[in-house]
Amino acid sequence: MEFAELIKTPRVDGVVLHRPFMPTVEGTLCLTGHHLILSSRQDTTEELWLLHANIDSTEKRFVGSLGTIIVKCKDLRVIQLDIPGMEECLNIASSIEALSTLDSVSLMYPFFYRPLFEVIEDGWQSFVPEESFKDLESMTDEWRLSEVNKDFSLCPSYPSLLTVPKDIDDESLCKAASFRHGGRFPVLSYYHKKNAMVMMRAAQPLTGTNGRRCKEDEKLINATLCAGKRGYIIDTRTIAVAQQAKARGGGFEQEANYPQWRRIHKAIERSNVLQDSLIKLVEACNDQSHSMDRWLSKLEASNWQSNVKEILTTACLAAQCIDREGASVLVHGTEGTDSTLQVTSLAQIILDPACRTIRGFEALIEREWLQAGHPFQQRCAQSAYSNGKPRSEAPVFLLFLDCVWQILRQFPCSFQFNENLLIMLFEHAYASQFGTFLGNCVAERGKLQLSQKTVSLWSWVNRPQELERFLNPLYEPNNLVIWPSVAPQSLLLWEGVFLRWNRSTKCLDEAYQEMVHIIEYNKELQNKVNSLRRQLAQLETEDSPLQTP
Amino acid sequence: MEHIRTPKVEQVKLLDRFSNKSVIGTLHLTATHLIFVESNSTSAQEIWILHHHIASVEKLSLTTSGCPLLIQCRNFRLVHFVIPRERDCHDIYSSLLRLLRPVSYDELYAFSYNPKQNDQQREEGWQLIDLAAEFERMGVPCDQWQLTDVNREYKVCETYPRDLYVPITASKPIIVGSSKFRSKGRFPVLTYFYQEKKAAVCRCSQPLSGFSARCLEDEHMLQAISKSNHNSRYIYVMDTRPKLNALANRAAGKGYENEDNYSNIRFQFVGIENIHVMRGSLQKLLEVVGTRSLSMTDYLVGLENSGWLRHIKAIMDAAIFLAKAVTVEGASVLVHCSDGWDRTAQVCALGSLLMDPYYRTIKGFMVLIEKDWISFGHKFADRCDQLDPDPKEVSPIFTQFLECVWQLTEQFPQAFEFSEWFLIQIHEHVHSCQFGNFLGNSQRQREVLQLKERTYSLWAHLLSEKQNYLNPVYSPSFAESHPVLEPSTQACHFKFWRNMYHQYDRSMHPRQSILKQVLTFKESNRELEGTVQALKTKLQKFGVSTSPLKEDAPASTDGERTVEGSSATENGYGELTGSFGSKNEPAVVTLEFGVARMTC
Repeated sequence: MEFAELIKTPRVDGVVLHRPFMPTVEGTLCLTGHHLILSSRQDTTEELWLLHANIDSTEKRFVGSLGTIIVKCKDLRVIQLDIPGMEECLNIASSIEALSTLDSVSLMYPFFYRPLFEVIEDGWQSFVPEESFKDLESMTDEWRLSEVNKDFSLCPSYPSLLTVPKDIDDESLCKAASFRHGGRFPVLSYYHKKNAMVMMRAAQPLTGTNGRRCKEDEKLINATLCAGKRGYIIDTRTIAVAQQAKARGGGFEQEANYPQWRRIHKAIERSNVLQDSLIKLVEACNDQSHSMDRWLSKLEASNWQSNVKEILTTACLAAQCIDREGASVLVHGTEGTDSTLQVTSLAQIILDPACRTIRGFEALIEREWLQAGHPFQQRCAQSAYSNGKPRSEAPVFLLFLDCVWQILRQFPCSFQFNENLLIMLFEHAYASQFGTFLGNCVAERGKLQLSQKTVSLWSWVNRPQELERFLNPLYEPNNLVIWPSVAPQSLLLWEGVFLRWNRSTKCLDEAYQEMVHIIEYNKELQNKVNSLRRQLAQLETEDSPLQTP
Repeated sequence: MEHIRTPKVEQVKLLDRFSNKSVIGTLHLTATHLIFVESNSTSAQEIWILHHHIASVEKLSLTTSGCPLLIQCRNFRLVHFVIPRERDCHDIYSSLLRLLRPVSYDELYAFSYNPKQNDQQREEGWQLIDLAAEFERMGVPCDQWQLTDVNREYKVCETYPRDLYVPITASKPIIVGSSKFRSKGRFPVLTYFYQEKKAAVCRCSQPLSGFSARCLEDEHMLQAISKSNHNSRYIYVMDTRPKLNALANRAAGKGYENEDNYSNIRFQFVGIENIHVMRGSLQKLLEVVGTRSLSMTDYLVGLENSGWLRHIKAIMDAAIFLAKAVTVEGASVLVHCSDGWDRTAQVCALGSLLMDPYYRTIKGFMVLIEKDWISFGHKFADRCDQLDPDPKEVSPIFTQFLECVWQLTEQFPQAFEFSEWFLIQIHEHVHSCQFGNFLGNSQRQREVLQLKERTYSLWAHLLSEKQNYLNPVYSPSFAESHPVLEPSTQACHFKFWRNMYHQYDRSMHPRQSILKQVLTFKESNRELEGTVQALKTKLQKFGVSTSPLKEDAPASTDGERTVEGSSATENGYGELTGSFGSKNEPAVVTLEFGVARMTC
């Protein structure tokens, strides 16, 4: 086994672990192929099990023969290990370094992980496109499921089954695909039952500098409009960025060729900018010596909250076009795999109550992120502590989760799930024992045989024992469209992620538990009242014949 | 009534502050309120604005749709009316100008407000808070501290209350001598006694030390305070001002204690800015958050430039310093600033609240305000601009204190019996002049005004609607495990208090309130407990013995709760949930959409 070669020192005694707001632990450090384990060998203290894949970067320092390794994790936690002996420390450090930067996907933990629970429902089969198409079919017959991308040759980042307008044949789809970046031709993202309006997503059209056009593309998106109706194209880039894209063969829809569509440009940042934003934000959050002025100025300089606001605003705009204006919408940016998905998925959370249930939210992530080809593996390869030059890392998904959290904060009773689910998804997107977020698209996942060789995250989450932790006790199904406020005063820093490791949450957790208790007690009482009423009613009916003459 | 020229104007447009939305309604002007009633009969919202709440009225230049009138309130409400005819607008404008500038105390609402209570009820209201009983609760008088009658006639210090507590070794000549050496005669007196360590929190104003003056009596006074605490050989003297300010005061014959002249003191500056800086800071903050279509960058930069949260943090840091000195070191602390009625009140009150769980209850919080703010002469009339305004005296000192408490409630959700709506409601009434408590600048002045005979007490009113202000997750046992609160003062843990500064801007708030929801559950639990009992009694009549279940015992935590439905208060508490149903889309989105469409 290759791992053994990478592990120079498998165990060291007398290692001291320091974590903020937690007591220090002294114990034995063990390195396995996938984990860094620290155990005090006492029942009372908790052991540390850290996935190597969760390690973003390490630093080492020496004071005499005592070495210290600072481990910075992708979930933003920073821990310190004091290791006696310079050689041991160097060995451990280089082993961790090697094990946390393995290039080959097939060496990742999910391929080795065997669940200790029985898989009741296989998460790999929980959300298949055929199922969601059945739902669509029950509402409208305007759409069909196309197998045009069966072998992923038309569009490598799309799934094999795609929902397209019924009247557009596969041949037209092929032509439209050749006109869109990466072959990502317009496909259905969401059908708004209330007024039969739709949201589609695509990549940028390849108009180039000489204004190429494609009749099939025009026909394809026009097929989604009702007679006499107009639609909106939401380009997530500014007009300037979209103009620049022309020089590289990209571009945007010309009014002349799409007369029934109005184009709106927004300003969601590109992914490399977002990565920088995350790094700056986390740096600001981790420096506890900041004065108020410095903190606010660093928070501002990170631009993170601005990004949250811009993404939410664009999603609200898309939702508004559909629900208020009664218009269909096409969303795209450049590749159609990042900002596009943020907008289409958030718009659905605003519009569709089903997406606010646990099951519906999982389906949304499966549909709009995993199957839609968000390159998770590239985007989540490194997190906020990466030293190296970013390749294609970007917190696109984390920003989406942050935006969901903002809506959840504003509508705390309208979601079946709580903040824990969002934090859990953030963690697993970056490092996980499950195969769900491996690979960059459906085609890659197929090649890796993830569904056979790894366990799905959903298989674990959807077990009743686990679900409990993610349930929002305040949930009351709400069938309305929920419009969040995007005023800067209404948007908060997501403390549960960004300040998670530099504050003690004991008081907040206990208060949450008290709230849960009050609500559970209410259910208990309600049941009691019902059973007593039944009992009484029974006695009264037994009695009544005696009283009536 | 003679100031009202036009009591009613119809077809007035009310513009939303942050969107393009508006509603049409009728404006009524009464002797005490400006009332706007929406014409649309289905929703028909009403806005009642107390004249005392109005900070400024501005008539903007005439537009095609009418004459705009901009009204800014002290409770951070901002209303923008458009009145069709300029004449009406001018009438309203000039009436308001007169009405919001009462020239004598008699004109204040408190003297005409009548909540239909009889004299006995009113008196009982005033008797709710008893400061002598409060000092007794702390364990004073005791072998080291006594009540002095030196200020019975307000002869030594007219801004202090009559009853003052001093060390037993401080004789009258020492007190009088010390008072002559202190600004406005505000000599060191006890405000909080930490029984566990016999450590005292005392307050005073700055010494008149100039560059070299000293006063033996004052030195004796501090010595007496120090000696009354056997646990510590020294006392802390906290000058809550920035050092530079204190130095500047020396030139005016004032200043701070020279450590060489006072034995066993540890002198410390804590750097809270003065009332003028605070006033400017709030003004900047409100300007920023009042901007339409505010960008995130402008918001954060504006928040930083206003310095508001920096000041809040400074006050919190000072209070923590005080609480630590007392509870950890067991040392007594003397707190002062310049006159000892602004920063001193903030730090003493907040410090006591950190040390003593009693002040985190509804009743205890009232006592705390009554003690450190009202009785010790925080100049509410001047600071809150109640009468004959001197704009240089106005400052949000008390607001800052309330905000510090709010920041604590965010960090310790189970530590406080009350929710933020209690704080907001108190803030509302500090400016409303509806109750007598906060009128005037000192106890003496309040006695002259005969407030207890002529007005009602806010505390009785708040207690009568206590259920609106309860914190549903409050846990009395939290106080046992956390007698002293140790908040984090990392900058990132301070937040902008949206519910205070945007109280009336509905579009900014969560459309569903966790607080309201959990309160409803608690209310429902109580009712259900009653139902269970009633059903069991009925069943027993049928001869069924019901098994004792654990929920049979009445929930002990909310024993004093009443079951009556809460009336929607004016502070928007009721409005928050009312707005849910997402009738209105958020303003900002609408606006952006509008802009976007124009660029198409």
